Amino acid sequence: MDDRATSLVAQRDALASGTCSSTELIDGAVDRHDQTNASLNAVLGLRAEAARAEAKESDVRRAAGELRSPIDGIPILLKDNMVQRDEPTTCSSRILEGYVSPYDSCVVEKLQAAGAIIMGRTNMDEFAMGSSTENSVHGAAHNPWDLERACGGSSGGSAASVAADITQAALGSDTGGSIRQPASFCGVTGIKPTYGRVSRWGLVAYASSLDQIGCFTHTAQDAAIVLQTIAGHDERDSTSIPDAVPDYSAALTGDIRGLKVGLPKECFETEGTDPEVQERVRAGIAELEAAGAEAVEVNLPHTKYGVAAYYLIATAEASSNLARFDGARYGHRASGVKDLKEMYERSRSEGFGAEVKRRIMLGTYVLSAGYFDAYYKKAQQVRTLLRQDFESAFAKCDVIATPTSPEVAFKLGEKTEDPISMYLSDVFTVSANLAGIPGVSVPCGTSANMPVGLQLLGRVLDEETLLRTADVFQQRTDHHTDRPGGIA
Amino acid sequence: MRASLPAMSRITPEQVHYIAALARLSLDEGDVARMAADMDRILEYVDSLAELDTSGITPTAHAIELRTPVRDDIAAPGMDPYLAVSNAPERVNSAFSVPKVLDGEER
Repeated sequence: MDDRATSLVAQRDALASGTCSSTELIDGAVDRHDQTNASLNAVLGLRAEAARAEAKESDVRRAAGELRSPIDGIPILLKDNMVQRDEPTTCSSRILEGYVSPYDSCVVEKLQAAGAIIMGRTNMDEFAMGSSTENSVHGAAHNPWDLERACGGSSGGSAASVAADITQAALGSDTGGSIRQPASFCGVTGIKPTYGRVSRWGLVAYASSLDQIGCFTHTAQDAAIVLQTIAGHDERDSTSIPDAVPDYSAALTGDIRGLKVGLPKECFETEGTDPEVQERVRAGIAELEAAGAEAVEVNLPHTKYGVAAYYLIATAEASSNLARFDGARYGHRASGVKDLKEMYERSRSEGFGAEVKRRIMLGTYVLSAGYFDAYYKKAQQVRTLLRQDFESAFAKCDVIATPTSPEVAFKLGEKTEDPISMYLSDVFTVSANLAGIPGVSVPCGTSANMPVGLQLLGRVLDEETLLRTADVFQQRTDHHTDRPGGIA
Repeated sequence: MRASLPAMSRITPEQVHYIAALARLSLDEGDVARMAADMDRILEYVDSLAELDTSGITPTAHAIELRTPVRDDIAAPGMDPYLAVSNAPERVNSAFSVPKVLDGEER
């Protein structure tokens, strides 16, 4: 594989020096897709022809000195829950079969304004509900490191695509770990920004108070560039943060001397965390110490309650958000119905998969009369306790380091019959969504030939420190350059 | 307000039917039994929250506190109504078309 396929920065530099054209980058992405996707099932809709036409325009702009941004002409993939005008969006659900968006999501507008070329959509768990990209009407996606294993979820297709070098960047969304956990499973860098940093306009809602768009890349340098492109205030999203976006690439100073790295003992003593995963993560922390950071012990005493609180809040919000899929306005409508109520019930029952139904049912139950206080309000109170945990911890440290996932990628089918064990895959990631704070997963080695992720969590709107820390780690190690062996 | 979570949530088939009706889902009998068992297990798991004393703790609805944003009320063109309904399974001009409503309400 040539250099152009190793990072977004390498692609940017190759374009800038004239050693390759955007058209060649698109051809390379299409070739790589054709070599790998039959095995991976990571990409759902490749816009090969449209992308080639857009690449030609980018090459013309470059020749004329009218570049829109440094990433003009670079291919990028979108998770299949972000809409693009005149293109399908399915959320990996039967209920959105045939849907073609009449408008662009904010992230698509921003990518196009920067001249980036959208290559297509990636496989995901239906409506982003899952941790393995097995809950997909399009079939499971496979992990490039071992095709019998899951690539994580719910943004598994995006993680697998970057791991397999189809593109050097892909967008994902993270509601409880759906960027960080698949990044960990596939050995790539994945960042979930602060809640509200990237507009949710045109992102199909799962749990609105937790959903956040972020990206997958191989390096923190690349993540800084993509985040720079997609972050910023958008008045169409009422939860969008108005604060100015800092220069993320400028934040990569290479210096973390004096940085305090908090180690929550709750995340290292959790029963069920693979000892080899812990070892790799501890080695990663030692690397940060060698770069001048100082490790300090912190406490996140409510960590073990995060998953329970998350599932109550997320399912409650999902039951409300998914009410809009009713067979009337878009997507699947059952045939031969006699009245409106039957149309709703049969369209939804035929259109939604098992996990989505389970979560709608749980969410409807916890919001129903007599149970609201006991479940939903209780979970929101626990959410306050989790936020307070982070406030106390960040009084003592600048970033918090944990394993991203308690284990490496599990086998396909291993957890599909046991919802709780699947949910526990998110034990170290959900708290960041509940507290709204940013988090990044970076590859920190392998266990049994499968990648392990080191998670770094930061203060609200402090993506700069997270990216700087991740970048220093990647300057000192080469885990992010490891690639899966031969994919068919 | 309940002081603590229901001790042992047992989801009955009747409850599953009731919740499914609220959620506008129709489940066959096999689905109902499986759903009851799944919900039971999940609720048993989330019951761990009952260990925590949360009396007096303010619930968090949104992690990042923002004022409700306001903007000037200026008329601007919206999406073309024909485009807006272009994904509807059935439509009449620029309107969504659905089966009759009233008879279905009698059940």
